[in-house]
Amino acid sequence: MDYQFLWPPVIKALPELVDAALLTMEVSVVSMIIGLSIGLLLSFGRRSKYFLPRAASTIWVELARNTPVLFQIFFFYWGLGEFGIFLSSYVAVVAALSFNTAGYMAETFRGGFNAIPETQLRAARSLGMSFLQTQRYVIVPQVLRVVYYPMTNQFIWVILMSSLGMLAGLRELTGETQYFNSRTFRTFEFFAATAVIYYIIAKIVMLGARLIGWRIFRGQGT
Amino acid sequence: MAAVIELKNVRKSFGDLEVLKGIDLKVENGEVLSVIGASGSGKSTMLYCINGLEPIQDGTITVEGTVVNDKSTNLNKLRQKIGMVFQQWNSFPHLTALENVALAPRVVKGLSRSAAKEIAAKQLAHVGIGDKLDVYPGALSGGQQQRLAIARALAMEPSYMLFDEATSALDPELVGEVLDTMRMLASEGMTMIVVTHEMGFARDVSDKVAFFHEGKVEETGPAKAVLSAPKSGHLQKFLAKVH
Repeated sequence: MDYQFLWPPVIKALPELVDAALLTMEVSVVSMIIGLSIGLLLSFGRRSKYFLPRAASTIWVELARNTPVLFQIFFFYWGLGEFGIFLSSYVAVVAALSFNTAGYMAETFRGGFNAIPETQLRAARSLGMSFLQTQRYVIVPQVLRVVYYPMTNQFIWVILMSSLGMLAGLRELTGETQYFNSRTFRTFEFFAATAVIYYIIAKIVMLGARLIGWRIFRGQGT
Repeated sequence: MAAVIELKNVRKSFGDLEVLKGIDLKVENGEVLSVIGASGSGKSTMLYCINGLEPIQDGTITVEGTVVNDKSTNLNKLRQKIGMVFQQWNSFPHLTALENVALAPRVVKGLSRSAAKEIAAKQLAHVGIGDKLDVYPGALSGGQQQRLAIARALAMEPSYMLFDEATSALDPELVGEVLDTMRMLASEGMTMIVVTHEMGFARDVSDKVAFFHEGKVEETGPAKAVLSAPKSGHLQKFLAKVH
């Protein structure tokens, strides 16, 4: 093998890579929050007795789950331009990842709601709680427990998917890596270092989520 | 004495299936009414209609003069007066015993956290599980969970209690503790409608008994009289089977 590994450029670029990793995290967290909120609404929509919310949320879920994420990012970045709507890289990537997450989480939430027996709702209503109070204090907390681990998986998935943001011009971790690659041609070194950073982020998120989950749900085992 | 809960010609269907075919019933203040009958005779459905969890198709249900099946009736408000205990005890698994009981006083009545917890602790002690405040329902026995459900209903300080086969899902050795709790409530003067298969409880604790048969009240009257000298042939057969 005549390739000479050269690591100093990577070490020199580390501060920038860490900054880019923070942008990756920011984009992922924002997308996750928006995606979760919309996903929850979509899961209500899918169970609605009215046609319009049911149809709208079904179409959303179908599109989000059955088209490539890259296409979704391109749609928000380039596609909307055809209609005179120009989003920045950041907004386009957040919109696409939120769109995607909402679609997946809607199905997860739906499963979560189905897992809560109807009798829980009756018990809460019999105490005089309104429909919304029942959802907020009795149903949703139990659903969150069911969807908690699928949710952390989705979060890690979003972090990894956000690397596609590079293709819409976002200088998140992968975009930044590609930038340094094109300046130094230290392709292997930069992408290897970045892979390690992604790996560390994913592990930290997974461990943190386990810890938080243990803290919240301890004692509730049935 | 005027009836506090009254059903007049109540009809209820699930789709094409008519489960209540014109029910007339009266419960007076402080009275304990036991409702007996075979499974599928409409007993439980009738309970769900009284607090408006199930809508009815015809007739009227009044609680303290308020028409339950009137569209303008605020059911959330009405339900605060009517405690309900279910066959599947339905404790909230994500909350401790104390939080289970304190939840409705806090969010429905708007009590402060501490005031709600105080009431909850008092009610849990009242039903004999005052030592389980911080335990999650998953770690309680069926009998304890059912008493937790009773305490949860009592914490709203209801005027009436509805029991839907409260002991049917319990292991036999746990039935006694729940029945004792219900006896205690009855002796405190609580107005109760108890759907039950426990004939001993019906005979000893209730003032009145109503026998449901195929969606109708086939026989009703003072508990001891009805159970010891049933007139209806169906009731005679039913009692012969459950004894």
